[in-house]
Amino acid sequence: MSNDTTDVASMIAGYISGTILKNPKRIIKPDEKLISSGLIDSFHLVDLGLFIEDKFGVRIDDSELNADTFDTLDQLVGVITSRQ
Amino acid sequence: MAPSGPPAACLYAAMPTFSYVLAQTYTDAPDRPAIHLQFAKRDDVTLTHRDLVRGATGFAAVLAGENIQPGEVVVIIQHHGEALVYAFWGAILHGAVPAILPPLTEKLLPERYRHDLSALIGITQPAAVITYADFAGEVQAAIDASSVTRKPKCIAVNVVTPAEPDFAALGGMRRTEDDIVLLQHSSGSTGLQKGVALSHLSVFNQLDAYAPAIGLTERDVIVSWLPLYHDMGLIASFLLPVLKRVPLVLMSPFDWVRAPGKLMQAVSKYRGTLTWLPNFAYNFCATRARDRDLEGVDLSSLRAVINCSEPVYDSSQRAFAAKFGRYGLRETALATCYAMAENTFAVTQSAIGQPVRLNEGGGIGNAGQVSSGRPLPNVQVRVLDESHNDVAQGTIGEIALKSDCMLSEYYHRPDATAQAFHDGWYLTGDLGYMLDGELFVTGRKKDLIIVGGKNVYPQDLEQLAGEVDGVHAGRVAAFGVFNESAGTEDVVVVAEAESEDEAAREQVAESVRQYITRNSDVAVRHVVLVDARWLVKTSSGKVARSANKAKYLEEQALGQPDTQG
Repeated sequence: MSNDTTDVASMIAGYISGTILKNPKRIIKPDEKLISSGLIDSFHLVDLGLFIEDKFGVRIDDSELNADTFDTLDQLVGVITSRQ
Repeated sequence: MAPSGPPAACLYAAMPTFSYVLAQTYTDAPDRPAIHLQFAKRDDVTLTHRDLVRGATGFAAVLAGENIQPGEVVVIIQHHGEALVYAFWGAILHGAVPAILPPLTEKLLPERYRHDLSALIGITQPAAVITYADFAGEVQAAIDASSVTRKPKCIAVNVVTPAEPDFAALGGMRRTEDDIVLLQHSSGSTGLQKGVALSHLSVFNQLDAYAPAIGLTERDVIVSWLPLYHDMGLIASFLLPVLKRVPLVLMSPFDWVRAPGKLMQAVSKYRGTLTWLPNFAYNFCATRARDRDLEGVDLSSLRAVINCSEPVYDSSQRAFAAKFGRYGLRETALATCYAMAENTFAVTQSAIGQPVRLNEGGGIGNAGQVSSGRPLPNVQVRVLDESHNDVAQGTIGEIALKSDCMLSEYYHRPDATAQAFHDGWYLTGDLGYMLDGELFVTGRKKDLIIVGGKNVYPQDLEQLAGEVDGVHAGRVAAFGVFNESAGTEDVVVVAEAESEDEAAREQVAESVRQYITRNSDVAVRHVVLVDARWLVKTSSGKVARSANKAKYLEEQALGQPDTQG
């Protein structure tokens, strides 16, 4: 991973554990399932989409907020960097 | 806005059955839009009443071809779209009894879904399960695993071929008003085992009492994202519009949750006048609707946004009004309703176009308690003490009902039906009080969690948590804790751990959270592992949920115990 992708990953991981899960100590592993495991419930997917749009200027369409588009931190970082 | 136009029609001079009303509308107003279906990636599809009946007739032919008999139950598992609409009304025209169930979601384990569906088949004994081609294998596996001797057919239908109706030949035209017209289930392993069976007459009695209570006219337009496997979605936002000839704009709950602003866009596009939302959706729309989704949106056509199906909070109503006032939403459009599937739908309704009454200081902390309005004219409400005697006005007790729109029974569950009634009164398990003829709902006697408008049975979650390694089986308590910013309850699970090691507990807490989500589709906000003998038990040895909730809240306030999850 380049520095850029590491930064993107750690910012998102920090947002998920701190803001969504309200448990900053919780470590999000790069290949950990986020959506299909229920770690991020559907009510928080919108939040994650808005966060990504604000921070990285990458738009993830509403219809892409599902486990088919991304289910892990790695996949999400891939989606973001491919669109930057 | 004062109701304008003629009141919504009473359409069943011959026989109050669904099929008669469909036939009548097909004759009188075939070109009237019945449902505008909205999709995430396709243009809207408008079904007129002609389209609806022709599609339903095509579906009824499929059921006839499979030798399904009138009066038999057909379970419908379809995603949002034409096939779901035609399957439901096709079952009706055929005279079968539809029961719509939720599809499998990506969070839920297929094995758990199969298990719950098998159990439901065992109790309900449907003649068929209707689904889409990709899911037929899963449904067939559930059928094979079920305990019934006469296995239901699995019918996969993706596209329905419309057909001209010959009403005289349709089984639905021979149903009578007291026949059961549909079954409704709530979610979870426990909820799925109690299908609320409603007669044609009960549904019409509800609609005929409810329509005037909301001033329904043929000029209304109802907008909904609610799922049809829920009473608020099925009755208020599907049957009411179709049977009363009021156009419906219907979108998928899965599309709405990813972009709540779509509800406002739909209202604006179709000049929507009525919508029903659970309390959490007020907060969710207010905080999550993107500004770019609201550009140019005009909500001035809305004459009622009705808060129903979970406890109503003034803070949620105010957040919604504050956010959408600038888009033309009138504050007097905010309305409330108290409803349940066992009464078909509404028990009470606040006066439309008037501010909802607030009982100052009656709610949590110093918040006002929001009124749910007055009972419908056909519903009697009593508030009872533990010995089933009436309490004084303003005193909290259990809400009991008697009406002409009650369930016929819990389908194939005479035990549960008998248990639900006392002396002819349906005991709701909800707590509340009456004040000047208005009902204020304060809480629940039964240990039910309502999260995001969905009923969750804590015993289901406790059972699952007990199956996780590292948890003392039988030593788990699940309960809901109100989260003001979300406008709904957070699910909390407290479990006694076998290990005292903190890292090990963290691992177990994570496993519990995941295991519950994947087996119940319920997101758990907080898993707390505690020492042995932390949980309070009743004298009969059962885990006392309310006492454990109180203890949890007390320890949270003190900053302990060590919590994970």
